[in-house]
Amino acid sequence: MESNSLVINLEDISFSYPGDKLVLDHLSFHLHHGDRIGLAGPTGSGKTTLLHIIMGLLRPSSGRIELFGKPASEEKDFREARRRIGLLFQDADDQLFSPTVLEDVAFGPLNLGKSPEEAGDSALKTLARLGLYGFENRITYKLSGGEKRLVSLATVLAMDPEVLLLDEPTNGLDEETQEKITDILKGLNLSCIFVSHNLDFLSKTTDKIYAITKRKISLDEPLAPHPHIHAHRFGRLPHEHKP
Amino acid sequence: MIEEQFTTGESFIHSLDPRVKIIVAILFSVVVAVSSNFLALLPALAVSLFLIILARLSMRRVFYRLLLVNGLILFLWLFLPFTYQGEALFTIGPLVGTKEGVLYASQITVKCNAILLAMIALLATIPVFSLGHAMNELCFPDKIVHLFLFTYRYIHVIFQEYRRLINAMKMRAFVPGTNMHTYRSYAYLVGMLLVKSYDRAERIHRAMLCRGFNGKYYTLSRFSIKIGDILYLSLMLAAIVGLVFLQWRATA
Repeated sequence: MESNSLVINLEDISFSYPGDKLVLDHLSFHLHHGDRIGLAGPTGSGKTTLLHIIMGLLRPSSGRIELFGKPASEEKDFREARRRIGLLFQDADDQLFSPTVLEDVAFGPLNLGKSPEEAGDSALKTLARLGLYGFENRITYKLSGGEKRLVSLATVLAMDPEVLLLDEPTNGLDEETQEKITDILKGLNLSCIFVSHNLDFLSKTTDKIYAITKRKISLDEPLAPHPHIHAHRFGRLPHEHKP
Repeated sequence: MIEEQFTTGESFIHSLDPRVKIIVAILFSVVVAVSSNFLALLPALAVSLFLIILARLSMRRVFYRLLLVNGLILFLWLFLPFTYQGEALFTIGPLVGTKEGVLYASQITVKCNAILLAMIALLATIPVFSLGHAMNELCFPDKIVHLFLFTYRYIHVIFQEYRRLINAMKMRAFVPGTNMHTYRSYAYLVGMLLVKSYDRAERIHRAMLCRGFNGKYYTLSRFSIKIGDILYLSLMLAAIVGLVFLQWRATA
């Protein structure tokens, strides 16, 4: 693999929240251009923390971060990288803060320096791409849970990111919306890291799945994704299986 | 939870530049608030009634809003006439109502309604997001603008969080009473809401940073001053100067 195809390079990252034990312990992680990586692990295992460290929202206590081949340590470096990496937050209410859907989706493109016309245009196109026709003037806080998630995804995709980081994108969604999101994500031609404890979802949307366990992240043992069919009572209802 | 009842409309007032409306609303309310003579206050009330008519709002809704505020003013009418020193006007049992008290109460009533009507016609007809943007353009401090917009957006979310907590309390057989347990539980509730809101604020800020936020707001709508705006602004400025003149002549 050429070095210039290395998009995200984390070396020896350690992190702990103030007054808490270590969440990440000398972790190294690489994402190459075109990689589709899934991160699985129980809640509280540091998956979200890892994504926030990549975005520069949290600073590791030790270690080195390189984004797009450049070392990133200060807010300025991350600010540059955030224009090219999109992160979808776990709670859509955190992501959607504008009164209307169109304004929220256009927020990112406007920050990238597009004119209001261009931004509005790309917002509408992104909404259409996700099948959200006629949503532009809806009030964000009145959307249903599934709609909020889809609109949040639109707000990230509207910025045309090169890398997509998703934090539990299927959490708390019904079967139908989960499938819709899975289909959309399968069709995207981006480098991505999807964090989820839903292995079915990860195996459908990613090429490699890494596991995070015991409050430490060990990326050396990739799990082999394998689709299988099984049957049990109430199998029709949305449900998850423990890894 | 907060409905923007008056923002949709096709009237002349709705088509005006929000910045112009904000400036007029501020100047008008300040002048009315410091005026004390009915020769100035009654024309001011007429001006704001004219604005309401011009905005073609649902009279029923406007009336309902006025009712809320005038409910408070009712209390002034209960107390002011009897507590103000002056010439006796009427007596109810041992209570003596004074002429000055009645005049003072009516002055406040006219002032309040004039300002409120102008606010409804001018400010309530601007969508909240445009209002924030216009405040930004008028060089209001960034922090005030952000506080304003975020309060608007997240009151609903915080209210839902409050409902969830209250329900969780009810599910465990909580019945409020006049005792320490109730006070403590409510204190926990309020404390929890504050902590949760703070956490949420942090997360929202992070989400905004991820989308390239650098402390500046850009919006889709652009404002442009039209002939109508200039005409309206000059007319209103003239009216406001007129009100100042009326007040000045009455007291001079």
